Amino acid sequence: MSNIDFNHKVVEMKNITKKFGDFTANDNINLTVHKGEVHALLGENGAGKTTLMNVLYGLYQPTSGEIYIREEKTSIEDPNVAIKKGIGMVHQHFMLVQPFTVAENIILGMETTRGISLDMKKAVEDVKKLSDKYGLYVDPNAKIQDISVGMQQRVEILKALYRGAEILILDEPTAVLTPQEIEDLIEIIRSLTEQGKTIIIITHKLKEIKMTSNYCTIIRRGKRIDTVKVSETSEDDLASKMVGREVNFKVVKKEREKGNTSIKIDNLVVKDNRGINAVDGLSLEINSGEILGLAGIDGNGQSELIEALNGLRYVDSGKIFMNGKDITNKSPKEVLDNNVAVIPEDRQKRGLVLDFSMAENMILENYHKEPFSKRGILSYNNIENFAKDLIKRFDVRPENEKIKAKALSGGNQQKVIIAREVTNDPDLLIASQPTRGLDVGAIEYVHNALVEQRDKGKAVFLVSLELDEIMNVSDRIAVIYEGKIVGIIDAKDADEKTLGLMMAGGGKDGE
Amino acid sequence: MENNRGNKYSIRQRILSSKLTFTILSIIMGLLVGAIVLLIAGFNPVQAYRIMIDGVFSRTKYISYAIIYATPLIITGLSVTFAFRTGLFNIGAEGQYIIGALVATLIGYFLELPLVIHVIVVFLFAAIAAGLWGGIAGFLKAKFGVHEVIATIMLNWIALYLNNYLVMRPFLRRPESESSYDILDSASITILEKWKYSETGREWLSAHPYIKDFLSAPANLGFIIAILLAILVWYILNRTTLGYELRAVGFNKDAAEYGGIKVEKSIITSMMIAGALAGSAGALQVMGVTKNVIMLPVMEGYGFDGIAVALIGGTTAIGNIFSGLLFGALQYGGPKIQPPLGAPSEVVDIMIGTIVLFIAIPKLFKIIMNARKRGEKNAK
Ligand SMILES: Nc1ncnc2c1ncn2[C@@H]1O[C@H](COP(=O)(O)OP(=O)(O)OP(=O)(O)O)[C@@H](O)[C@H]1O
Ligand SMILES: [Mg+2]
Repeated sequence: MSNIDFNHKVVEMKNITKKFGDFTANDNINLTVHKGEVHALLGENGAGKTTLMNVLYGLYQPTSGEIYIREEKTSIEDPNVAIKKGIGMVHQHFMLVQPFTVAENIILGMETTRGISLDMKKAVEDVKKLSDKYGLYVDPNAKIQDISVGMQQRVEILKALYRGAEILILDEPTAVLTPQEIEDLIEIIRSLTEQGKTIIIITHKLKEIKMTSNYCTIIRRGKRIDTVKVSETSEDDLASKMVGREVNFKVVKKEREKGNTSIKIDNLVVKDNRGINAVDGLSLEINSGEILGLAGIDGNGQSELIEALNGLRYVDSGKIFMNGKDITNKSPKEVLDNNVAVIPEDRQKRGLVLDFSMAENMILENYHKEPFSKRGILSYNNIENFAKDLIKRFDVRPENEKIKAKALSGGNQQKVIIAREVTNDPDLLIASQPTRGLDVGAIEYVHNALVEQRDKGKAVFLVSLELDEIMNVSDRIAVIYEGKIVGIIDAKDADEKTLGLMMAGGGKDGE
Repeated sequence: MENNRGNKYSIRQRILSSKLTFTILSIIMGLLVGAIVLLIAGFNPVQAYRIMIDGVFSRTKYISYAIIYATPLIITGLSVTFAFRTGLFNIGAEGQYIIGALVATLIGYFLELPLVIHVIVVFLFAAIAAGLWGGIAGFLKAKFGVHEVIATIMLNWIALYLNNYLVMRPFLRRPESESSYDILDSASITILEKWKYSETGREWLSAHPYIKDFLSAPANLGFIIAILLAILVWYILNRTTLGYELRAVGFNKDAAEYGGIKVEKSIITSMMIAGALAGSAGALQVMGVTKNVIMLPVMEGYGFDGIAVALIGGTTAIGNIFSGLLFGALQYGGPKIQPPLGAPSEVVDIMIGTIVLFIAIPKLFKIIMNARKRGEKNAK
């Protein structure tokens, strides 16, 4: 299965060190990648993977160290140099122009012109040719805002290929994809390497490393720990190498004591941005003392449901009762006052004010309460002490409450939100994709935090696209399909096949 | 434990990267280009700058005037800064200033109140009126999504014509003039206005020539109030829950909304505060310097200059005090090169313009750099 050409080192990073101020994000890292290889980077949140790749792509200049591209010493001053050298990068947060079409986005900056006008016909043809070649099917004339995240990612990959990328860096490409889209991506990676491309992939999912990669370099706290041959290493080995201790994948839970109804959702109808009923007569009850997992394929109304529960989206009809009290169409603040806390799915859009410090973000919902403020005046002393405490308890790195949220690694941003919401000590904790982009150690931590809430007799509503997570953590599993609950089963009786069927609209009693 | 405590840069790095250094360099560059322009136009730049510096610092009266010039600019700068820090672009300081000045004149002329109280009442009414004026733009943005730049530009013109309409009404117009009646003495904030022309005042002042000189300009309390307002703005933005809310909305509306902050209300509040600030600049100008409002053929430019002042001040409250003073000194001292050198007044305009441009170019530069950095940040 290997397409590796060991005679050609296409990337060699030697003794790369990258410092931000006096914080060392990359510490003397070596990385060698051969032609046709898929090389995975594995490491905890904040280990320095993205930083290392940004150095390779010319977004950051290394503090020291050398880079060789095709065995030739290269100084990559900016991404233009990287592109010239055949390096392409797909960032975790896409950089596409929303109102433009797929083809327009792909050729952006490299337009072929005829006279003074853009040769759009040729562009569309070029894109078609390229996508056929690698099995990356897209509709060149569709607008970005109308296509799925998985499709947008293909556009990003095509964009890089169009610019002549031979070496493709994918930073957490699967974090935002549905299981089906992940399978497609793995297929695409295979077809790319077959045609001689080289791929460096960052992912927290060990399964994916096993499925895609030849070699894996493990980074811990900025240092390279090891480079291993993936076929000779087990998932457990990878995990413990990365975290530096044994990792428990299985969530340990005590038997649950069934409590009273915490939230009751009754025949809820909520529209999406296009005005279509995304939640369409959904009813669901969650009890205190349980974790209810919501399984479903992306886009079946999960996001709209949560926004409605959060008070961010208008409920057209139906009711929501929290502890027996009607909270339908209440403001986010009132929802919170009714002891419902939400970990939002989009951490950069909803969850954080990126230009605020970590400390300021940790009080986002409670800034107006004591001890953070008194009679309208903030107490930065109390705010910072509170933040310091959370940073310790939730192991957020770096341990500096004054640092802006935008300087944190993706995983640590997520930890800030989780720390904040869990300390709200809500009666109902709604967690939407809470472990997206987290490393296995951090996932273990989050799962334990959810179970702890449950054991305290609180209700937890876990929404996740990852079946493993749902099955592992939940007590009961509800399946959403086209805005309705099509079945609820006990987690003990759940397996991937039954759930898969239900998620496809089969219903519990469907064949 | 690894060394992941904050960012401690070396002193050299810190000086080089500091905003202040950046700004000072820009000012020096601006002055240099001003000198070159003068040279090309056939004037001696050293001589010209000497005249300017003397024109601002050689007499206490000049210093007094420079401060008087600076005062309204500091405050309109604060207005722009406040809006900017909460994610809004207040082009409307101009109109809010007009409303503030107009209301100050009305209350100062028609209402008869005891000394100190009259000043406070005038100030409050003017600030509130201009705050509501600014609030209109906030309301239009919050409720109908009208961009505040468009709304405030229109409100500027409405304010101008409203001013001109009222000034020309018989009840307000001083006969045979293009200005309104003067405010009552009880509403004045000019320092020792009566005393300095009285018998005892004159006697005392002739024994103290520097003070006499200083007071020969309409020195007033406005500058002190401007400094207090700067401190207040800093405090509101950085130390109050209101400031926290407004900044959160300015940075990220979605997250603010999720955090339970009322976004629409915040936008309105922010524009109201910005308006009140610009309005108080107008009120202080009336109470301290002009004593009336006049028929305005064109915009006076206090609001627009406020944008430049805010920019030079790094959109920080305290920075506005210094950039306002710089601006005031230039506007006051600049034209003084005209009579002795015979330099046309356009040269002065070019000089002021160049400095602003040089301040703005690095800012633009920074914006571009930041956009690139944001690209880096997104790369995760
Ligand atoms: N521009 C910056 N300024 C200061 N510190 C930074 C900057 N960018 C990254 N860091 C710090 O460097 C460390 C490594 O960040 P990086 O984004 O490379 O982590 P990562 O391995 O990609 O983590 P994740 O899996 O969470 O995405 C983090 O502690 C982060 O806070
Ligand atoms: Mg990363």
